[in-house]
Amino acid sequence: MLEFFLQPWQYDFMQRALLASVMVAVVCAIVGTYIVLRGMAFFGDALAHTILPGVAVGYLISGGDRGALFWWALGTSIFSALGIGALNKHAQVKEDTAIGIIFAGMFALGVALISTVRSYAVDLSHFLFGDVLGVSSGDLWRIGLFGALTLGLIFLFYKEFLVISFDETLAATLRLPVGVFNNLLLVLLATTVAISLQTVGVALMVAMLITPPATASLFTRRLPNLMSAAALLGAASALIGLYISYYVSVASGAAIVLTATAFFLLGLAVTSITAKSEKK
Amino acid sequence: MTPHSSLHPEAQHDHEQPILDVHNLSVHYTGHTALQNITFHLHIGERVAVVGPNGAGKSTLFKVIAGVQPPSGGAVSIFGSQPSGHACIGYVPQRSQVDWRFPVSVEDVVMMGRVARMGLFGLPRQADRERVRAALETVRLLPMAQRQIAQLSGGQQQRMFIARALAQEAELMLMDEPLTGLDSPSQEGLLELLDTLQQQRVTLLVATHDLQQAAEHFDKILLLNRRLIAFGQPAYALAPEKLTLAYGSSLQTVDTSCCGEEHLHA
Repeated sequence: MLEFFLQPWQYDFMQRALLASVMVAVVCAIVGTYIVLRGMAFFGDALAHTILPGVAVGYLISGGDRGALFWWALGTSIFSALGIGALNKHAQVKEDTAIGIIFAGMFALGVALISTVRSYAVDLSHFLFGDVLGVSSGDLWRIGLFGALTLGLIFLFYKEFLVISFDETLAATLRLPVGVFNNLLLVLLATTVAISLQTVGVALMVAMLITPPATASLFTRRLPNLMSAAALLGAASALIGLYISYYVSVASGAAIVLTATAFFLLGLAVTSITAKSEKK
Repeated sequence: MTPHSSLHPEAQHDHEQPILDVHNLSVHYTGHTALQNITFHLHIGERVAVVGPNGAGKSTLFKVIAGVQPPSGGAVSIFGSQPSGHACIGYVPQRSQVDWRFPVSVEDVVMMGRVARMGLFGLPRQADRERVRAALETVRLLPMAQRQIAQLSGGQQQRMFIARALAQEAELMLMDEPLTGLDSPSQEGLLELLDTLQQQRVTLLVATHDLQQAAEHFDKILLLNRRLIAFGQPAYALAPEKLTLAYGSSLQTVDTSCCGEEHLHA
């Protein structure tokens, strides 16, 4: 029995995969709490997809160098986040339409760029769905450093983000710099997207951002509890997902996301059953 | 006044000046005019109902006074300086504008009123907690402090936002339709709370649909329909010819002498 649980971790690549996916899951869950509370799920999904052309350019220029890819991902992500944010204020079409157009266009550009390379099917699938088993120690350092920075700022400005997310008018009458904090939150989301690229890929990233907080919101009533529960659920999804991936040999990113989804469905079932029994 | 948020030091209060002075204010959106040439002023402790039909510009007026939205023309000043320099303006939102599932307790929401005073990296201090406690006590919500906000009744939700404005040490409170959708005991409770606020010298600007309530419970009426139709005591501002100007001819008159049973709803 113990053997069953320990066996995957005798491989270094599995240890790195676990560390990376747990760190990413925790950062995603905590940043994602604001994405859920502010109704920005579509924005988060779009943002993840828009970094593909940047990653593709980095890939074409520097080949397989992970460090370089990360910086390209981070740069594109921040640029897209602030760009979409600014566009929303001035758009001639509805906000979600504008986001959809940019998101699909950028994504197609990314696919087109990557398709110029011969081995593109494999590489593209890594960008789309992640390659957590290929995490290097350099990746771990980048995830750890930027993840810690992101969480640090989230906690440092906890009360400001709380006020701005709950009631922007109050934030304005308290004379908080609302625009600065909104943009800071977008930059933190962009950073989260960049560090998650390797683990779950652009196509599945939104699940890591919104599913654990959504599950946690089913049974928590205060923000600190919601964030902690979301982080725990995210980390547990990463761990269980990697076990599934190891023993059933399915793609690890998909396994992690499916585990998180299962937690959500379970939570939904439990809360609706308890709600019904309370009514009786 | 305690020092707070170093990013935005609060403007000085010139108490020689009225608490609110609106001069020739206009707000234009692309294609239409929301407010045109509005001029009036309020003194400390006044209690004014803002009435007018839907789309009359009540919410826009509040946003400009709160310094959340810039005017297209004219000027608003709070104790002699621009509203954007003041953290003493409390905005009490319409209940329909609030996300009630948000994971915060009543106490959390009231504590939000202290955020500017805590400064950029500050945490709640003893003084902040005491303010919050006192505010909750004033609105009689202390026993509910730990509840999630969706668990409050409509009247309690409204009182929670007033407590938040008290915690903010607001001297001018702007309330957007606070009585709308409340049952009559809750309305009574809220009107009593307005008395308490007035005793504490808080200046109140309250948007309402209910002309009868406006006539009975407010010192002055500001009758608005994009332009300022009338500003003054109820008997003057709610006179039939004024109401016709604001609402068109579709409205009966209001009994401004006193207290009819039927509540006229605009």
